[in-house]
Amino acid sequence: MGKSHIHKPKRNFILWLMALLILASGVEIVPQARAEYGDVVINNQSDKAGMRPPIFPHWFHRIRFRCKVCHADLGFKFQAGGNQINMLKIIDGEFCGACHNGEIAWSVENCDVCHSGKPGTPTQVHGSTVQKLIGKPAPAAGQK
Amino acid sequence: MNALLKWLAVIWAVLLWSAAPLPAVAGPEKWTPLEKDGLHDPQGPAIHELQQPGEALSQMPPDSVGNQVRWVEALRKGVINPRTNILPETKIQVLDQDLIYGNTGDNWFVLFPHKAHTEWLDCANCHEGVFKSKFGATGFKMMDILAGKACGQCHGAVSFPLTECRRCHSIDPGTFKGKLGPQQAAGGKP
Repeated sequence: MGKSHIHKPKRNFILWLMALLILASGVEIVPQARAEYGDVVINNQSDKAGMRPPIFPHWFHRIRFRCKVCHADLGFKFQAGGNQINMLKIIDGEFCGACHNGEIAWSVENCDVCHSGKPGTPTQVHGSTVQKLIGKPAPAAGQK
Repeated sequence: MNALLKWLAVIWAVLLWSAAPLPAVAGPEKWTPLEKDGLHDPQGPAIHELQQPGEALSQMPPDSVGNQVRWVEALRKGVINPRTNILPETKIQVLDQDLIYGNTGDNWFVLFPHKAHTEWLDCANCHEGVFKSKFGATGFKMMDILAGKACGQCHGAVSFPLTECRRCHSIDPGTFKGKLGPQQAAGGKP
């Protein structure tokens, strides 16, 4: 390496330009696969029944309901998959069915709106600290 | 010399990019579209009937973590007006009382605002199950919270995540002159 023959201000400019280019390209290649924080997947029964597992978007429901509506009035535990929910109970007006009855929200015949998860996705709270510290949950029972 | 400088710049840029969080982006692109989020099945027949997070959440007070939304602020500013109950007999009880926890090891003391919590939750969600009503009677550690117990049932799952130490550990023990426990006058801090 001999002594630099590029003028100093010009050299600095090139360096800055390179840094900016690298930064810009770095921002673009950041992976985008990230579901919303607090999205709950419940797969107690769906895989076994040949349905996609339902995804409960916390963010969507928080806009419309306070936590207490589901976690006090409707008896939802603070644990993904912690309640034994099935479609019969929902049709009878329990759990999701307290609102998803065609009055407060759309009713149960819209199966695919809730049952929208990738098959085999295990029960989880997406993005939770427990999930990050301990790792992703094992695939749902019956899935290889 | 020139090449060395260039490589230094490259290393510096890569380090800067990998270490620093991405700058906040305004608009819906801050949120991942459902069909690309890794949880939803892009082949699902109703995938396009679902509301996209970016459509709703970009209208709310911005945050840098979680859903990128300051939920308490959104509620207080009236940006959202979520329902308080389904059962007509459910009482709405908002308690304006701060608690200050002192047994926090090397970290700052914790200020727990009852107000922000009771605006969303029912007393029975915490008392007497997760937390005893008597101050200091429950006994939990940060490891319990990180494992999803106590505060960690919600913080780190749906409310702001456990990376945000200073939002709870907000009282500097060096300058705190008051009394620990339930505070007389509520601070009004969220």
